Amino acid sequence: MEIPKEKLIWMYETMVKSRYFEEQMEQAYMEGKAPAFNIGAGPVPGEMHLSNGQEPAAVGICAHLTDDDTVTSPHRPHHHAIAKGVDLKKMTAEIFGKVTGLGKGKGGHMHLFDPSVKFSCGGIVGAGIPHAVGAVLTAKKRGTDDVAVAFIGEGAANSGAFHESLNLAALWNLPLIVVVEDNKYGISVTKESSTAVESNDLRAPAYGIAGEKVKDNDPMAMYEASKRAVERTRAGEGPAIIEIETYRYLGHFQGDPELYRPEGEADSLREKDPIIRLKNYMLEQNLYTEEELTEREETVKNEVDQAFEFARNSADPAPEDALQDVFAE
Amino acid sequence: METTKKERMLTGNKAMAEAIAQEMEKNPEVFVLGEDVGKYGGIFGSTEGLLGKFGPDRVMDTPISETAFIGAAIGAAAEGMRPIAELMFVDFHGVCMDQIYNHMAKIPYMSGGNVKLPMVLTTAVGGGYNDAAQHSQTLYSSFAHLPGMKVVAPTTPYDIKGMMTSAIRDDNPVVFMFHKSLQGLGWMDLIEASVGHVPEESYTVPLGKAKVMREGKDVTIVGIQMMTVYALEAANKLAKEGIDAEVIDLRSLVPLDRETIIHSVQKTHNLLVVDEDYRSYGMTAEVSAVVAEEALYDLEHPIKRLAIPDVPIPYSRPMENYVIPNADAIYKQVKAMISE
Repeated sequence: MEIPKEKLIWMYETMVKSRYFEEQMEQAYMEGKAPAFNIGAGPVPGEMHLSNGQEPAAVGICAHLTDDDTVTSPHRPHHHAIAKGVDLKKMTAEIFGKVTGLGKGKGGHMHLFDPSVKFSCGGIVGAGIPHAVGAVLTAKKRGTDDVAVAFIGEGAANSGAFHESLNLAALWNLPLIVVVEDNKYGISVTKESSTAVESNDLRAPAYGIAGEKVKDNDPMAMYEASKRAVERTRAGEGPAIIEIETYRYLGHFQGDPELYRPEGEADSLREKDPIIRLKNYMLEQNLYTEEELTEREETVKNEVDQAFEFARNSADPAPEDALQDVFAE
Repeated sequence: METTKKERMLTGNKAMAEAIAQEMEKNPEVFVLGEDVGKYGGIFGSTEGLLGKFGPDRVMDTPISETAFIGAAIGAAAEGMRPIAELMFVDFHGVCMDQIYNHMAKIPYMSGGNVKLPMVLTTAVGGGYNDAAQHSQTLYSSFAHLPGMKVVAPTTPYDIKGMMTSAIRDDNPVVFMFHKSLQGLGWMDLIEASVGHVPEESYTVPLGKAKVMREGKDVTIVGIQMMTVYALEAANKLAKEGIDAEVIDLRSLVPLDRETIIHSVQKTHNLLVVDEDYRSYGMTAEVSAVVAEEALYDLEHPIKRLAIPDVPIPYSRPMENYVIPNADAIYKQVKAMISE
């Protein structure tokens, strides 16, 4: 499959943006948390689940989506949000708990909602899949051809919500794609010790739907598998599961001692970094020069820097704002 | 001879289904989904006749997948649809409570008001017909305790229709609890209160407003659904003995109409709160606390409560009758507190 140049560069820029965002967030998160780690201290308190290494899953499929397509995401949502085009300033401000954030500081990093691009995420494993089902049930009722993508980790494929939702989506022939990001671990528990099948795409025949596996965190293979799935489901040919073998460079959350992880695992994964691989491919194909790519990298990094500046300079919510927004007027 | 126009009488279930039908006619984005809501018309008749009128695309039978279909209703509501999802028995909330309290109730707040969820979650409550511990609960406070959902439980057919219309039009998630005994079903004890006058035209009854069902000056009895029915029965008996009870039907648990309760207690100076839910940490405690905070010195006697005595609902008839408050228990409790 020939991937259009503009799609390749979009995926590259978006992965760079997402990675740089997480690197900045990693630093911001640690402010006030040294020498002793205190989860509630610093400008970004609470749990922090970063996505460094998992970018191919997000960009490979979001390259095929429009603003009218829905994406739901779990507790590790930043790469999905960025790939779906969530407002970066408001998203960053939300993570800093500021009044200018997507949820005026009421949501935080696991609870980002941007209805303008139909993005939502949540902190309960598997729970976003039914919301994606509802979005495309709506699309079907309204006669549009919008699709929905529910991102989950491989651990969520063992939840009831996964199986109930896929049965329902298949039964009602809804345009739903579940993307399973297999980063090998559900916190500390390996996939081998939690999952009865080798790969979750193998569960697709149980619902009479399509399943596909993407190996080795390959953004281009993810793009191709996603293109097949999105085109098929948008044409009314039913739901699909895509499982992508991806890498989690960091702990489950920041501050995770990662005692369960073999020594050197993360380093060996970084040697196969998907961003570098895509960059090398584009250079080898003479699609862009090194200088052109550097310039584009600077542009998206600058966008992230501005988002962080916006977030840091934004005001905190007034304490009593906590009492607002429980109910719509 | 002059004939008077007879008022149209409906059962609770028909009042509920009529409200849904009228809103579905008006608004193509209203739809129903749940187990046995189609051909069966809802196990407790809440969707009777809707399938025939609107077809299977708008009255959707679902698999036994409460997490998926309640979650799908949330996803559809986020898109601006107005789904009505039915959780057959409230007792079944255990399999899907995550979607209800972590998502339906919290998404509007967590989004800073940017996402609205205009949906209704209907569910059947109540015991009294020996269906035992997993099908007889009246879990008002399990829902009312958690912020982010309106929780209503109307008693009369008139209120059932008017409050269902309000619930569908509300931009917030509304948990609409209907009492099995007040649906007026042919296969249960037919309770007089389950049939009442219901106008044919569409109308609304506001959510969050209690109703004074009987005015009185000696004691306030606060009830909801079947406890309101029993309180009225007890009040009639008390009246014959010169005790004039005021009966308040709460109708809504969230928002709670504190004002009507406080005004009544300031008039009667006595309060009995009756609940078909469990006693501890429940509605009776909440209403009592409201009065203790706002009208303690208006009370002549300590507040009294009647509720399920913190046991699961037993199966056998004498035991179930013993744990669910009834008119006789209310009568005796009022007599005892007045003569204290």
